Amino acid sequence: MKITVAGTKKDFEEGLTISKLIELENVETPEYVTVSVNEEFAQRDDFDTTVLKDGDEVEFLYFMGGGCK
Amino acid sequence: MEVKLSRADYEKMLDHARKELPNEACGLIAGIDDENGVRVVKKVYLLTNIDHSNEHFSLDPKEQLQAVKDMRANGLRPLGNWHSHPESPSRPSEEDKRLAYDSSASYMILSLMDSANPVLNSFHVEGGISSKEDLKIIE
Repeated sequence: MKITVAGTKKDFEEGLTISKLIELENVETPEYVTVSVNEEFAQRDDFDTTVLKDGDEVEFLYFMGGGCK
Repeated sequence: MEVKLSRADYEKMLDHARKELPNEACGLIAGIDDENGVRVVKKVYLLTNIDHSNEHFSLDPKEQLQAVKDMRANGLRPLGNWHSHPESPSRPSEEDKRLAYDSSASYMILSLMDSANPVLNSFHVEGGISSKEDLKIIE
């Protein structure tokens, strides 16, 4: 199946979960990554169970924040 | 690392930061690396600080997603982010350093502590240590 990851279309085996995709894509510091699938943000607790399907568009976003203290 | 920012984009950032007072303002920067390895900011994004605080900021993830898509559509790459310090100097706080997960990013901080003389600096942050980048505002 084909999934678009960060704007690039790639081939993957069926049954791919978000967690597995994070691993395959060698996402750095995955604990700070937010994942959107077709512009909907996935809950971290669902990463292991959310199975991606052909045509999905996935983006990885890093939390960005800070403060003045 | 040399970083170039246009005067117009600097003014855009400053205008937004002033409008957001007393809270911190924030956004993203995107651009290119030129043939000399200089980081050139081509577009500044003004995002919502979902903390609505004068001491903290968090980028709105939905706006962040749209900005990343816009960068891609315009042939730009994410270069980092920027935020304002309404009442403190233009240097990364301990929290800024702790939350700077991307060592390849430029972190710009705009201080409005002296309202008549705002100060913008750009930093590299790695392993909790920050170093100032060579930021040039170009006409």
